[in-house]
Amino acid sequence: MTLLEVRDLSVTFTRSGQQPVRAVDGVTFDVAAGQSVGIVGESGSGKSVTSLAVMGLLPSRGVSVGGTVTLDGNELTSMDQRELRDVRGRDVAMIFQDPMTSLNPVVTNGKQLVEVLTRHAGLSKGEAKTEAEQLLRRVGIPDPVRRLGEYPHQLSGGMRQRVMIAIAIACRPKLLIADEPTTALDVTIQAQILDLLRTLVAESGCGMIMITHDLGVVAGLCDDVHVMYSGRIVESAGTKDLFARPSHPYTDGLLQSIPRIDDDDPADLLHTIPGSARDTVAWDRGCAFQPRCERAVAECLSGPPAVTELGTPIVPHPVRCLRPVGEDVSLHEGNVAR
Amino acid sequence: MSLLEVRDLEVHFPIKAGTLFQRTVGAVKAVDGVDLDIEAGTTFGLVGESGCGKSTLGRAIMRLIEPTKGSVTLDGQDILALSERRMRAVRRQFQMVFQDPMASLDPRQSVESLLTEPLRAHKIPGGAAGHAKRIRELLDVVGLPESVVNRYPHEFSGGQRQRLGIARALVLNPALIIADEPVSALDVSIQAQVINLLKELQERFSLTYVVIAHDLAVVRHISKTVAVMYLGGIVEQAPAADLYRQPLHPYTKALMSAVPVPDPNVEGSRSRILLQGDLPSPANPPTGCRFHTRCPWKQATKCDTERPALRELPLVAPGHKVACHFAEDILSGTITPHEVKPEEVALTPAADDTSGIEAAADATEAHVAGGLTPGGPPGAH
Repeated sequence: MTLLEVRDLSVTFTRSGQQPVRAVDGVTFDVAAGQSVGIVGESGSGKSVTSLAVMGLLPSRGVSVGGTVTLDGNELTSMDQRELRDVRGRDVAMIFQDPMTSLNPVVTNGKQLVEVLTRHAGLSKGEAKTEAEQLLRRVGIPDPVRRLGEYPHQLSGGMRQRVMIAIAIACRPKLLIADEPTTALDVTIQAQILDLLRTLVAESGCGMIMITHDLGVVAGLCDDVHVMYSGRIVESAGTKDLFARPSHPYTDGLLQSIPRIDDDDPADLLHTIPGSARDTVAWDRGCAFQPRCERAVAECLSGPPAVTELGTPIVPHPVRCLRPVGEDVSLHEGNVAR
Repeated sequence: MSLLEVRDLEVHFPIKAGTLFQRTVGAVKAVDGVDLDIEAGTTFGLVGESGCGKSTLGRAIMRLIEPTKGSVTLDGQDILALSERRMRAVRRQFQMVFQDPMASLDPRQSVESLLTEPLRAHKIPGGAAGHAKRIRELLDVVGLPESVVNRYPHEFSGGQRQRLGIARALVLNPALIIADEPVSALDVSIQAQVINLLKELQERFSLTYVVIAHDLAVVRHISKTVAVMYLGGIVEQAPAADLYRQPLHPYTKALMSAVPVPDPNVEGSRSRILLQGDLPSPANPPTGCRFHTRCPWKQATKCDTERPALRELPLVAPGHKVACHFAEDILSGTITPHEVKPEEVALTPAADDTSGIEAAADATEAHVAGGLTPGGPPGAH
């Protein structure tokens, strides 16, 4: 069953005297219960803004949000801030990249956990304390009673992220949004946290949105992947399908340019995508990736590129590209000539 | 012959206590007895997690941090024995590329000024015209157009800024470049460009690199030899291909198995060694083998009492050095891993720096008390 439906989400930032910036444009995806969905992109691709828009966490001034976000049949985009506050923490919870800035440094870990439980789950203080201890144990923190009385700075980065996760799962949310939850952590600690998230999703049956720049994290954790570039989803597919058959030139180039730890016979030079994300085209003029694309033709700059469906109705694999990788090139060249 | 030789290098930062009369109560052993031999024209990769001392080691080699013990020999010259003035002259031979070019390039200097500064500081002959010509050549070498000379660092993208950082390191024609996390601040699609640039420059100018990074895949790609650090010491060192094909140290094994691979089929099938807990505090490192508190292969004897030396295994893996008492047995499978409980590890977490220092202070006091108390060893009560 579909838990979260995001339809045609767009976010535009406006500043007086400057051109409005469309950070997210026409983003559509679903998350089912018990499913992990990855949103992959580089800095500036709009992946974090997407997650903030889903949570309703963007400021109201200077930001206009379009499209709809529906969680379990309730439309979040039409709710006011008071209703949203009840949804956040109870139905949707978020884990941020840097727990040191998202945990309150002058409040003990215990108090921050208890606050969520009394506010949303309606527990008494005593019950909440027992529950908080259980939660810390569940996320793998040894000696939870001592840790509850300590402050965030007394914990290591990995422990802090565990406390953050404990707060997020405190009210058994239906949807967990993790925004680069392991980027600030070392690889061995990253492996611990990813393992924990995997277990939590499997046990609780909640849906998860994993926002990351690391395709390796996606490969190990997610069921579905959406690749974002310059504010739009350019390719969506099941994880195995996407890695077996990357079809957008950007996805394909990205996968080829990552050095792999298990590559026993590495080529001398890595494959590169030329230019940088600054070399872009507005989507309504053409494909934003066109200036960096090896497969680009003149047609790529004639209006927003159409979506090509490479999958089946049951296993969809849409690609926002006129000349997807692996498709018959001559056919498209024929089109151009005509 | 090796271009750079490091012997028994130690960098200890003192921990002070007391408000008026600061006394030293302990030391953070950031680098604790490291030997390195780096051949000219090759790339030496140094990997490890945050807090293992890899950046401190890199800076100590350049004498940006004064080592407390040991020797660093560059091209036959012991640079730790040089005076400040002589050192300045030698610095021309080795340069550093930093992680964040936004932080290491002065935002108020134009590209022209940034790149000629090293030439002026070292009084390189050629005059203004010669310097201008030299930096224009360099911009071309790192793939930036000549027209950027009047621009400022904020006008560039991350990848271009790192190219500037590399150009600045190259200005003085160094023999050795120490690159501390040269690509980790960059986007994935830009990382590959900078890695390729480093490789091309190495071939063109026969440079020697020490690349310090936490990304094991990047290090594998550019290095000839790779050393793995844990808590101030090197635990394993080998030619890159050997190290990645057959890691011998339990920590290296765990580290490699933790790196996510962008391939769901590999991710679904490979076995993972999950380490428990965090890095112990370098102010109060575990006795014996530094890794024994978290090691799934830990044995009852030796591991917690005797610090293993970095030794070569000539029979099993020539050229491959490892600091583990039981490396052969682990390789042959006579020793199997066991489960490590989180409670066992949590005794000395790294973030408990304060309690680590207290523990160190307690230990010294207990020692003094023990010495003064007649009859009975310390802690007899």
